[in-house]
Amino acid sequence: MNKRILIIGAGVTGCSIAYNLAKKGVKNITVIDKSFLTSGATGRCGAGVRQQWQTKANCIMAKHSIEFFEHAKETLGYDGDIEFKQEGYLILACTKEEDEQFAKNVVLQNSLGIPTKKLTPDEALKIVPHLNKNSFISATYCQTDGHLNPFKMTDAYYQAAKRLGAVFHFFEEVKSIRHENNQYTVLTTKGSYDADILINAAGGYSREIGLMVGLDIPVYAEKHEILVTEPIAKMQSPMVMSFAKNLYCQQVPHGSFLMGRTTPKQPKGHDIDSTHEFLDEMAKTIDDILPKIGELRVIRQWAGSYNMSPDKQPIICESPELKDFYMACGFSGHGFMFAPMTGLLISEMILNEPLTLETEMLHINRFKHQTTHEVEKSVV
Amino acid sequence: MSKKDIIICRCEDINLEELHHLMEQGFTSIEDLKRQLRIGMGPCQGATCLPIVQRELAIFLKKPLEEIPLPTVRPLTLGVPLKAIAKGAKNE
Repeated sequence: MNKRILIIGAGVTGCSIAYNLAKKGVKNITVIDKSFLTSGATGRCGAGVRQQWQTKANCIMAKHSIEFFEHAKETLGYDGDIEFKQEGYLILACTKEEDEQFAKNVVLQNSLGIPTKKLTPDEALKIVPHLNKNSFISATYCQTDGHLNPFKMTDAYYQAAKRLGAVFHFFEEVKSIRHENNQYTVLTTKGSYDADILINAAGGYSREIGLMVGLDIPVYAEKHEILVTEPIAKMQSPMVMSFAKNLYCQQVPHGSFLMGRTTPKQPKGHDIDSTHEFLDEMAKTIDDILPKIGELRVIRQWAGSYNMSPDKQPIICESPELKDFYMACGFSGHGFMFAPMTGLLISEMILNEPLTLETEMLHINRFKHQTTHEVEKSVV
Repeated sequence: MSKKDIIICRCEDINLEELHHLMEQGFTSIEDLKRQLRIGMGPCQGATCLPIVQRELAIFLKKPLEEIPLPTVRPLTLGVPLKAIAKGAKNE
């Protein structure tokens, strides 16, 4: 392919798209980012990768992506350690509704080849002995879920894409886009680029990039906060998660615990300041569910943007209104763990190859033609 | 003295050789180095390593020190146990 391809955003999504296209022999690939590698949502995320979802689309995206992570170091020829560990996600059901819904989720996940099991509290306590037994009524567990270092994973994609000829420009912000005679002209803070194909992988800023070409993409940025404790000897294998009690908490290979929760009624926008309200609520939640972890010292807190879509599932497609404008956005907090499939699907769409997955449910048209949506509820 | 024996970051046990190796690969901002080495993210919050890394980058890039930006200062200043925070929050 001789077409010039420009990718906006050097998070894990943009880097995975660049790598997948370059691997298929595409020569003219440029990636632009307003800041440094993984400066946006990727580098701020909770570093978990899981397949336990409520919607089929999310389950399939996640399962294929986990299969890629299992061999990512060799596939990408990366020298460093991507810190992939598959010690599971333990998802707690804390209400009767959750208990019933999770039973259905397990059936769906098993039907797609995801090896999730439903556990009694005693079975869950065997996996995480320091859980407060009174804080939940049942749990689901999938051994092949786990953890991956977002900086290293993205670096692995970045290094591989560069070796295959992709060119990256950092600290360069897109200011406006012109579309004339089937060509996109992208003006940045440092210069101007002409491209035949444009890919919006701008994470929290996907909506703004859409507006620059006159597209109203139904996504928005929402702040999510997170913190990290001092590192200690290994004491917890899986990620512990609860949707009803609003928590995810995992000990990463480095030894520290990463934990986060959603702040209710968070206004839309790009604010990513840390708050003491989050710290208070996080501490109370840990005290309830994982009291022993409460003895650890918090050393740092930060925040990042989820790019929210109306049904909390990604938008991965070519724009129906604008030819050669592709979007990979609206991941609603899960772009990191889906990145391998996102990159593969976008590269297949651009090169008109048979698609690895049915992508109708990821197309933006779902918001136009349907009045009701299957909404992903397994989200913190 | 070998560069391997010169410790840059005591929280994460990073030495000067590792730092120079990444700078030579093109990681020439503190933000980039932080994400590769975990410098500045440990219990001391960069009190030791950041001024040293800033100086090393200034030498490497042949720029004045003030042109090497430092990363965002993040809470907390000192480590505090989650239980103490929870207790305080419940008593408010």
